[in-house]
This record gives sequence, structure tokens and C-alpha cells, in this order.
Amino acid sequence: MELPDGRPASGETTIPGLGPEPGAAGPIDLAAVREHLKAQDRQGAPLWRSLDELAATPMFQDWLHREFPRQASEWVENPADGLSRRSFLQLSGASLALAGLAGCTKQPVERVVPYVNMPEGMIPGRPMYFATTITQGGYGVGVIAESHEGRPTKLEGNAEHPSSLGSTDARTQGAVLGLYDPARSTTLRYIQQTRSWSDFTGAIVAEIRALEALQGEGLRFVSGAVTSPTFAAQMAAILARFPQAKWHRWEPAAPHAARAAAIASFGGAVETVYDFTKAKVVLSLGADFLTQGPASIRYARDFSQGRRPRTDRLEMNRFYAVESTPTASSTIADHRMILAPSELEALALAVAAGVGVAGVAPGLLPEKAKSWVDAVVADLKANAGSSAVVADPYGSVELQVLAHAINQALGNAGQTVSYPPVLEVDPVDHVASIVELGRDLAAGKVEMLVVLGANPVYDAPAELKFGEAIKKAKSRVHWGLHDDETGELCQWHVPGAHELESWGDALAHDGTASLIQPLVEPLYGGKSAIEFLGVFQDKLEASGYDLVHEIWTARLAGEGDPEKAFRKALHDGVLPPTGVTRGGAPVLSSEAAGTAAQAIAGRAAGAPGGKASTSALPLLFRPDPTLYDGSLATNGWLQELPKPITKLVWDNGLIISPRTAQDLGVTTENRAEIELAGRKLEVGVWVQPGHADGCATLHLGHGRWKAGPLGSDHGFNAYKLRGVDSLGSAVVAIKQLPGRYVFANTQNHHLLENSTDENKTATEEVKIRQPVKTHTVAEFAAMKSGEHVGKKEGGHGEEEKPATLFPQTWTYEGHAWGMSIDLSACTGCVACVIACQAENNIPIVGKEQVLKGREMHWIRIDRYFGGDLDDPQLMNQPVPCMQCEQAPCEVVCPVAATVHSEEGLNDMVYNRCVGTRYCSNNCPYKVRRFNFLRYSNHDVPVLKLAVNPDVTVRMRGVMEKCTYCVQRIHQVKIDARVAQRPIKPGEIVTACQQACPTEAIVFGDQNDPAWAVTGLKSQPSNYTLLEELNTRPRTTYLAKITNPNPQLSGAERS
Amino acid sequence: MATLDTRLEPLPAKPYKAPMIAPGHTPGTVTEHIASIPLTPIQKTPKWWLGGFAVAFLVLMVFLWSVGNLLVRGVGIWGINQPVGWGFDIINFVWWIGIGHAGTLISAILLLFRQGWRTSINRFAEAMTLFAVACAGMYPVLHTGRPWLAYWLLPYPNTMGLWPQFRSPLIWDVFAVSTYATVSLLFWYTGLVPDLATMRDRAQNRFAKLAYGALSLGWRGSAKHWHNYETAYLLLAGLSTPLVLSVHTVVSFDFSAGIIPGWHATIFPPYFVAGAVYAGFAMVLTLVLPLRPLLKLKDFITDRHLQNMAKVMLATGLIVVYGYAMEFFFGWYSGSHTERFMLMNRAIGPFRFHWMTLILCNAIVPQALWFKKVRSSPVALFIVSMFINVGMWLERFVIIVVSLSRDFLPSSWGMYRGSIWDWGVFIGTLGLFTSLIFLFIRFLPMISIFEMRTMVPADAGEKEKAQ
Repeated sequence: MELPDGRPASGETTIPGLGPEPGAAGPIDLAAVREHLKAQDRQGAPLWRSLDELAATPMFQDWLHREFPRQASEWVENPADGLSRRSFLQLSGASLALAGLAGCTKQPVERVVPYVNMPEGMIPGRPMYFATTITQGGYGVGVIAESHEGRPTKLEGNAEHPSSLGSTDARTQGAVLGLYDPARSTTLRYIQQTRSWSDFTGAIVAEIRALEALQGEGLRFVSGAVTSPTFAAQMAAILARFPQAKWHRWEPAAPHAARAAAIASFGGAVETVYDFTKAKVVLSLGADFLTQGPASIRYARDFSQGRRPRTDRLEMNRFYAVESTPTASSTIADHRMILAPSELEALALAVAAGVGVAGVAPGLLPEKAKSWVDAVVADLKANAGSSAVVADPYGSVELQVLAHAINQALGNAGQTVSYPPVLEVDPVDHVASIVELGRDLAAGKVEMLVVLGANPVYDAPAELKFGEAIKKAKSRVHWGLHDDETGELCQWHVPGAHELESWGDALAHDGTASLIQPLVEPLYGGKSAIEFLGVFQDKLEASGYDLVHEIWTARLAGEGDPEKAFRKALHDGVLPPTGVTRGGAPVLSSEAAGTAAQAIAGRAAGAPGGKASTSALPLLFRPDPTLYDGSLATNGWLQELPKPITKLVWDNGLIISPRTAQDLGVTTENRAEIELAGRKLEVGVWVQPGHADGCATLHLGHGRWKAGPLGSDHGFNAYKLRGVDSLGSAVVAIKQLPGRYVFANTQNHHLLENSTDENKTATEEVKIRQPVKTHTVAEFAAMKSGEHVGKKEGGHGEEEKPATLFPQTWTYEGHAWGMSIDLSACTGCVACVIACQAENNIPIVGKEQVLKGREMHWIRIDRYFGGDLDDPQLMNQPVPCMQCEQAPCEVVCPVAATVHSEEGLNDMVYNRCVGTRYCSNNCPYKVRRFNFLRYSNHDVPVLKLAVNPDVTVRMRGVMEKCTYCVQRIHQVKIDARVAQRPIKPGEIVTACQQACPTEAIVFGDQNDPAWAVTGLKSQPSNYTLLEELNTRPRTTYLAKITNPNPQLSGAERS
Repeated sequence: MATLDTRLEPLPAKPYKAPMIAPGHTPGTVTEHIASIPLTPIQKTPKWWLGGFAVAFLVLMVFLWSVGNLLVRGVGIWGINQPVGWGFDIINFVWWIGIGHAGTLISAILLLFRQGWRTSINRFAEAMTLFAVACAGMYPVLHTGRPWLAYWLLPYPNTMGLWPQFRSPLIWDVFAVSTYATVSLLFWYTGLVPDLATMRDRAQNRFAKLAYGALSLGWRGSAKHWHNYETAYLLLAGLSTPLVLSVHTVVSFDFSAGIIPGWHATIFPPYFVAGAVYAGFAMVLTLVLPLRPLLKLKDFITDRHLQNMAKVMLATGLIVVYGYAMEFFFGWYSGSHTERFMLMNRAIGPFRFHWMTLILCNAIVPQALWFKKVRSSPVALFIVSMFINVGMWLERFVIIVVSLSRDFLPSSWGMYRGSIWDWGVFIGTLGLFTSLIFLFIRFLPMISIFEMRTMVPADAGEKEKAQ
């Protein structure tokens, strides 16, 4: 029987094998069904009809009830009662495809492959979080990695880890892209041929057997600094096996002088660890302690606790910063003084003499520093025992010795600063170590050189001519993530596994141990460092897990069940202190300070002082704020991350002050050649207000030539100049060259105008417009609650908002998302910028596009100068989207692609945007970013793994901007609704907030007093940017509050 | 007894008014002269036309190449950036639309004011409007990041259930410009119909006869037809008249509805409209002045026409200068620092040369039009009109780019420079425009024949017959 439209009546079917026998529960012959449907399809019968017919049979319905009980329960025979057959088929299209019924070729082929063995606890679409560790310079920072479907997409700080406390810095955030770096090496090779791991092990084992006969004579290892106990144990075993072998260390950007200073001061190498929670007065002698170094995240957190005065808690610490090269740390100083290196040393002498260090006489101080020093000394003495003097670990040995002596004299030792034993495994003097290796290579004494992740051809001291010397080693083996400058000169190259793919362990800045666990199987079959080392122990197929597990279960044996403790450590991300001695109270040598003072005095006699000349320019070598020592040069996020203060991207420049530029007769973007001991380097000049007069800075890590397409041929290679005696600084000669070097920076792009003029105009305008408001603690205390920071141009208090023609008809009853950014705490370290990039799939655009002004970062750190450009105050202001209640962008979008949500968010609808860019033009804060070209990667397969699947990847022609991490907001809202509970205060954390080491950014529901942000917005220091425009932004700022010394007049104030 | 003197006093002499058509013409000669240009056989096409059209067509190819590259790669090939999100694209859009206004003013407003001197130039000016609007209309589509979705700016029922966002000035633009294009096209075409019939009747070539015949919609020249024609034409003129004021007002809203200093100004609507008429007349003169000798139209586009057009230019130029002065006054009077900075930035900032050239071109050079000698000299007029063309382009540059490059937060200040593709599209639209103008003058009567016939003195034909 046929229905009018040709379908068979219910139950009847023409499909073979499916007769109308009710209750026949035999298995459906899917193959037959598929064939039938395919045949139907060829005859042109509409697909739905065939499926419809199929669905009518009782056999199908039985099958359905068995296979898809949930869906089947929605199936009702009478369509009027609910889901009809047709609708069901539409909904379960995918399920039918899974069952193979889509042999009917009209449906596109979809490879929806469910897990055969579902990983424990995984719900597809929900991320899982695992604790691991990321190392830099050998030291570990504990992180929590967010893993989507078995691949890590984002790193956050691990609140349990003492170096992190939940925050991360810029380089740690960038580490996840290092995993997916397209420039990583993917193949094990011997010279130019691909080989397998067994080929490698076979060859190496044969070689080292030969060497074993010689007790390992001629076998050399070189690596960076290592704190890993597993690695240490392996190396010890290997060196026991090969007693004549040597393990050289070269960590190019480690503070070598710090070690020498420690030895000079205490007789042995020790770590210097600060506790800023106890410090009421801090003097920094050129140290970038809040953003550089393994402890920087922790120091930033501790230190910033003392820099948030609130109406109920007015105490603030006091921070004096003296430096030559502008550091991010000093931007939150109460007093900042810029001095050339020799003057800085003189100041250190003066302070030392002032606090009573024996054997020190004050040197020749510049005028401006004289009264300054007196006040500082008085302040330090008044806070003896709760003060701290931090010296630049890259400064001279003598400077650091003086700092130790000053701390000692003030009684800070054991209070705010402690000296635990050095954490590096088998610590040696790196400089002596690499020099020895270089000499032995040149002398032909090295039979087999094994390079473990180091890159000495690029970064070893220049006089060693490592690139030539290395070729003299007969057998050269390179293990590393990239086939880099050193790798290309080695015969064997073994691709390394990234930390996110490896088992391992590391020590934090204070000695706490933590485990490294992989988030994903090695993408290219790489080996981790410890697995690689296993070859030298004849453990050819060593598993990293076994190696780590063995070590740690042994160490944890004394405290209950070691297996349980190991698992707990994996879960928590920290290992209980296991026998690492803390504290330690080394004795300061009494002559150390005197010797240092004499050395400084001797140097000062011949020093150029505050005025540079082209034949004698003091040059400081410092690790790059974003690329560190150059190992991160292949990381596109870090290359495009604007460096603090200079805002340079993709390049380093020879940084000099405006006055020095005048003295040398150069200006910004000139080319110049600098020369040190016969070694020459061509550089571009970058004039930077805030740099001390009479000296220059050049950051390390640039100018590589084998660092993939992103890292090669950018910037200038400082390692070409840097020699054994000039690791921290040198005196160079400079000569101007013709031509211009174009730098890209993200603030004040200048195509037509000289940047000095641009800076001057901008600075004058900043003075008038005051985007960053500053107050002293005294002024803040005088403000009553409800009163707000002094306005410009007729501002209003909290209650009187500027008048509006439009009645405020919408009241935000539910959640009202808002954000408060504390400018007293922001150091401008740019961790938030890269955290946002990682979380929101923000593309990099390259130097050419940045030159055109098209960088895509959703949050930016504005850097303003205050006062005189020769000695400016430095101010930072993070600017995300303001999420204005009266948003100028929403009114002008012709297609309603940017709309307002009920909770106060300005929602950007990517798929509606046609790209007229009117919204960006009308935004007074200029927070919107446009995809002018196809910036998002669509071509490189491995980069697709790095993408956060919770955030849309935007196409060409679409506008984007900060969304207050709406994906995170919604995730928590969904969780709360599913669990039928309200959202807990503090449960939603934006990416920028989570990364910030000083907790300067606070997001939350400003309708709910339980959220921290509500209290912050009621502080009298709370203000709105561009308030007179009446945009009513949800992002507000807490004015920058400083605690100046009343004895010091305004001239030296920050 | 004295008698009343009943002699009539002679009437006072009328002031001399230059003729609107050179003496000696009859309706026949008028028709013959104008119609013969489009009816020239293809083989006898003047060489200057062939050369000119070839050049224009080549430049049109530049347009196609630039637009192709734009569609394939994206708007990033232009010089726009953050903060300057609009550059040549919107400058040129406003420039072209502005130019179009002269045509509509001449056709419609001067018709309603019964100004006879519009007759010989209105057809050409209206065609220029249409072509200018065509060039302008490219930009709203092409400047978007996703031009294949630009139709979302139109209100059409769709499966998304979405209308455009009507509060946005860009949507107002869509309505204004599309209305303007539609009405202008209708107005121009309606006015063409009687002349197309003339062409049909005079055409020798079979193909020309058929083509003109189809386009002339069966015009017979009967009284009924003329009655319908006059009614339609008057209605369309009535529709077009407010458009002269409203279209550029709406275009100016793109800026005055914005928040940034330099845009947020209430003077913009009248100032833009005046500027549009200013630029439009300048472009009319730029085109007409060379064509007069080339097509031997001096008898129809006489010295009086040139004088009048120059006077309109001068008047609107003064309004524009008033606009500049008011902007400066408002900026100072407001007491707002950012407004004052914006004005100082124009004059002494990185784009000061653009601004100084603007003042020279728009405010200083056109003051020469006060002098009758200048107004009467075609060469001088041509030079002045070129200055104004450039000046009006620079005015939009200063308003759009300079305001965007430095607004509220010094941290987001940036520079702008047009890229080669910006120039490619701009010069390409000039090629499109010129190509269309060439085609127009070759194939259509560029002066309204039947209206010119009405300009001939009533007894001209009689005298000839009598002689």
C-alpha cells in the first residue's frame, strides 16, 4: 500500500531484510541496507525518502532503542506529540553516519571518530588541567597547563608553586607556542640524511665504547644551567662511567657576575633570595628584579603586596631605583635616578659608606645624586632589618659585593634576604667552563662533543670563535628543539622533546622541586633530555617517566608511601622539600667590600663619567625582556611582544638617551658600527628617553641566522661583541654609518616624523590630558571615600556623572562585569599581553605590518613619559577594551556586529562583521583590532593545534577586540547552572588577570560586593579613562600611588 | 491752450546681457550641430577621441587590476591601519559624491529657479553626476573587509531575521547614495528621451537607428508626449532638488556623528554641501573647458555660462572658507583641549603641508574669481578649477586622516600614508570616470538639443525664410 506521495504505508518497506514483522528483533543488516540506499540514490530517489522508509520499519526502531536509548525516548509515533520521524532523522544525521548508513553519497564525509579508549576524566569540549613545570635558565616555574582533547593550549601559573603563586611571566606564557613551533626540528639526521633512533644509538654506543677504553678522555658534554635532580643523577652516573669526561656549562644569559660576587663575599657560591613581604624600603641598584630572573614572578607578587594602599590600609613600602638601562621594575619606583654605570657604582659606594660598611669611602658622585644618597641612607638605616638592597645581577662583581655588604650592615640578612646554597647541579663557573671547552676544541683535544640544548656557536664568548673551534671535534652530537646554529655544524642532530612533551623535574628559585610531566606525546617523536642522556648510560630506550619515577620514589621513600607521594606531587605540581637545605647563614668576608671599593675607585679614575664619546661608550649587555638569551627567537609571539619601555618588536636596538645621541651625533634609526676589542657589529640606534646619559644598552638574543623564518635575520647579534671580560658591560667605540635601519615599535608609529619630536609632543599632551593619574600616599589618604581622584576639565564626583541626552533605561540587575586595573602595581612586564594572545588565538602579523600600525594585541600596555624627557617619569597603563556602557562603537556599526549584552559586555559578533571599520574609528580608546589581511594561520598544520578551540579564529576583514574572556565567563556560567549553584566570587578569571604577577588586573561582578572588584571601584583612587566622553566604561583604573620620601624634593620623584 | 505731450518716453536702456546662445543660430543649425557629434560614423571618429579614450581605458584597466588585488588579498594592501581606519577609500568616496552634486544642482535646482543658462550644460553635468556617483559607489562596497557581504547593509528580509543597524550613519549613506543614483539616473534618462528620438530620426546607420530607437521609447514628439515629459521632468527635478542638500548632508554625518575631535562638528552638513557644489562646479569646468574647442561648442557654452559657473564657485568657495573659519572658532570657543589640539595639529603637525596646500587651493587661489578677467578666461578658469579639485580632495584628507591620526590618547597616535594600491584604485576610478565621459560624448548628445532649440530667438527661422 502506498501513501499519496509515494511512500509505503507505515511498516511496509521495500528495503530488503527489513520486513514488517513486529517485534522482530533481529540485527539489522546494515550492509544490505546501505547497498539498498546507495542503489536508491543512483536511481535519483530522494535520500530522505529512503531513510524515512527505513525509519518506519520496526526493525530499525528496535535497533534504535538499543543503540540510542536517549534519542529513542524522544521518538514518538504520533508526530503531534513531539519529535516527528523527519525531525529525528535530521537530528540524528551524524549518528546514522556513524552507523555507516551514510553510504548514500550525498552526505559529506565526516570523520567523527570517538575514542576507542576514552582518556580518564575527559569530556570532549571541556579542558583538563595538569600541573607541570617550565624552566628557563635551568630554574623551574610551576604551571598548570590547560589541555583540550589531549593537547595543551594555554599555561597558567600554579598557585601551589613558590615561584609562581598562580601567575606567570611573558616567556612562560610563550612556552606553549614553543611546543607547536613550526621551526622545530622534526627529523633525526646524520649530516644531511634522515636516520632513525636506533641508527643513532647504534652509532653512538660504538663511539662511546671506544672512548670508554680511554676512561672518557675527549668526551665532552655542554649544556645550559641545570637544576634537575634526575638530570643530575644521570650525569653523575655518566661521569662516574667516564671519569675523564667533562660536563661543561654555558648559560649565556645567566648572571655570571653574581656567582663571582657571591664567592668574593661569602667564600662560596650561594643563591641570593629576597623576601619582599618583609621589606619596607627597597633600593635597587640597576636590578630588574620584578620582571627578570627565575624569582621575578614571586618577587613581583610579594613586592606588590606592599604597594596597594587602600582606604583601610594605607601602608606602602618605599622603592628607590637607580639604574643605567631603563627596566620595567623601576616604573613603579617612588624615586628613580638614572646614572651611567660608573656613577651607579659611585652611588653604591656612597650608600655603603653611609650605612657603615667598613673599608668603603664614598667616590665622586654627580650633583643630583648627593642629596639623594643622604635621604636614601637615612631611610635604609631607619628600616634596618626590614629593608633590602638589590643589585643588578648583570652588573659588576664589585657592585654586587657592595650590595651584599650593605644588606649585611643593615641587618637584612636572614630577614629580607637569605643565602641558600646554590641550586644549580654541580655548579661551576660557566665562563671558565666554556673557555676551557673552547680552548680544548681549538687544541683538538675533543673527540666527541655532545651539545645538550645549548647553542654555543651563537652565544659563546666571542674570542673563543666557537663556530670554528667546534669543527675540530671529531664527533659532534646535537640534541635540541631546533636544528640551530650549533646543530647545523654537528653531524648528528637529535630532535628534542619540548618540556610540554617530556618527563623531568626542576628546582624553583628557592629550591622547591617540581615535576615536569608531558601534556602530549612528542609531536615529532623527539626525545627528552633525560631520555637522550640515557644513551650514555646504555639505557637506549629509556623512558622519561621511568627515569623520573625511579629518582623520586627513592627520594620520597622516607615519608610514607612513595608512590602516593609521587602521584600527589604530579597532581599538585610541587614536591615536598626533600632534603634541600634552605636558609644557610654564610659569613660575609670583612675585606670583600673594601676590595670592591678599591676596584671601583680604580675603574672610576679612567671612566668616561656621564658623557659618552664616540671612542669610549660604555655598553651594557642585558638579556632581552622577551627573547631572553635568544633561545626563544623562533617564537613569533615573543618576537612581536612589545618590549617594556621601548615597545620595540622584532628587533633590538642600540638604546641610548636623547642627550647621548646628541653627544654622539646620531639620531634614532641611524645605522652605526660598534667595535670592541677588534670585533665589529653593525647596529641600528634607538633613542630612548629614560636611559641614562653616557652609556648604551644592547639586548642579547637577536641577530640569529638559523632560527627559522621568524627568528633569523632580525636585530643585531650582541654575542658577536660579547667577550669573556665583557659579559655584563664593555666600553666600545661607535661610528655612524650611512643609511637607516627601520625599527618597528607599537607605540607612536612614526613614518613621517622624527621620533624625538613625536615623543616630545606626546609627552606634552600626556601632561595635559593625564591618562595616568598619579598621587602620593598622603594625597590618597586625604581623599575621602566617595570622593574621586582630581579631574581635569571640570570633572565630576562619583554621583554626578556627566549629563546625557539618553535616559538610562537599562539597569544591570544581574551580573555586571567590570574590571579594575591598579596602576600602582603594573610594571609593564607585558605578561598579560601574551597571555591574552595565547587564550584568544590572536595572530602575529610580522614586522612589515607592525610598521604599518596593525599589530593585533587585544590588550596593550601604554607607556607614557612624564616631566623632562632627559630624566622622565615612566608610567604604564594596560588598556583592554573598556566595555563601555555607552559604547561609541555600537552606535556606528552598520550591521549590528557589535552589540551590548545584558551583563555589560560589548559583544563582538565576528560572523556578522563586514569590516567597515567605523567602530574602530569611533573608539576613543582605540582598543579594536582589524584583520586587514589574512593574519590567522590557515596553512601550517601544527599551528592549528595551538589554537584554543573555545575562541573563534577570525578571518580576513573582521574586527576583533578584548571580550573580557567571554568564553571563560560562559564556561563558569554553564558549570554553575549545571550544578545549580550561583557563581562563586572570584571564580571567573580573565587571562590577563590570571597571568599578571602583581595582580594588578582584577575582573569581576561589580554588582556583587563579594567580588574583589567592587571594593576596588569604590576606592577614591578609582577613575575612568577619558571620563568626559561619557562612555561609562566598565574598565576603570586605580591611580598610581607613590610613597615619596618627604626629604627628597619633586625633582627626583618618579 | 497747451496740449498734453503724449509722446512716449523712451524706455531706459536695458543692461547688456550676454547672449546664452551665439547669434545666427536657428533651431535647425542647433540640432544639426549637436546631433552630428554622436552620429559621426565610427570610421570618422576624431583622432583625439580615440587617443583620449584609449588612455582612459588603460587607466580603467589599472582600476580592475587594483580591485582584483584588493578582493583577493584584502584591504591590507592599502595604507590604512590602527588608528587611521579610513584613508583614500572614504576620501575618494566623499570626493566623488561631492563632485556629483554640481550636476544635480544645475539640472534640478536651476530648472526650478528658471535659470536659462543651465540649458547648455545640464545634460553634461548630469551625466558627470551619474558617472561620479558610479565611481563613488565602488568604495562603500570595496572598502569593507568582506566586500562579498556588503549587501548586509541593505534592508532585505533574510533568514537571519536581521535588519541593518539603522542608527549608523553608514546605513543612512546607503539610503542616500542609492536614492541619489536612482533619481539621477531617472532624471537624466527622462531628459534624454526626446533627444534620443532626434538621434533615431537622423541616424543613417541601421544599427544606430535601432539602438537609439529602442532607447527613445517610441517618442513621437506629440503634444501628449511633451505634456507627460514636462510633468515627469518637473517631478524628478523636485525630487532631485532636496537630494542636492540631503545626500552630502548624510555623507557628512559619517563624520559629525563620530566622537573624535575633527569629526564631531555640527558645521559639517552645510559646509559639506557647499563644498560639494564647489568641487562639482570645478569638475564641470575642468571637463567642459577643453571640450568647448574640441567639439566646437563655444556657441552653446558661451562666456556667460563660464561667468555664471565661476560665480557659483566663488560663492560656494566663500561658504567653505566660512566653514574653515568656524571650525577654528568653535575649537577655540569650546575650551576643550583636545579640540584645540586638533586644530593646532592640522596647522603645525605632521600633516601641515597637506593643510597648507588645502588653504592655498581652496581659500586663496579661488579669490582670483573676483576678477572678471579671470572669470572670462578659459585658461585661467581651468587652472583655478584644477586647484579646487585638488583642494577639495585635500580637505577630505585633512578631515578624515589627520583627525584619526591623533585623537584622544597619545599612545594610539599613528601615521598614514596611501599605498600604491590606494593610488591605483583612485586613479583607476578617474579612468572609469573618464572612460564613461568619453563614451558619453561620443554616443549621446552632450547638450540638450530640444532645450537649446528653445534658446534660439523666436523669429530666427522666420528671418531666414524671408531672406
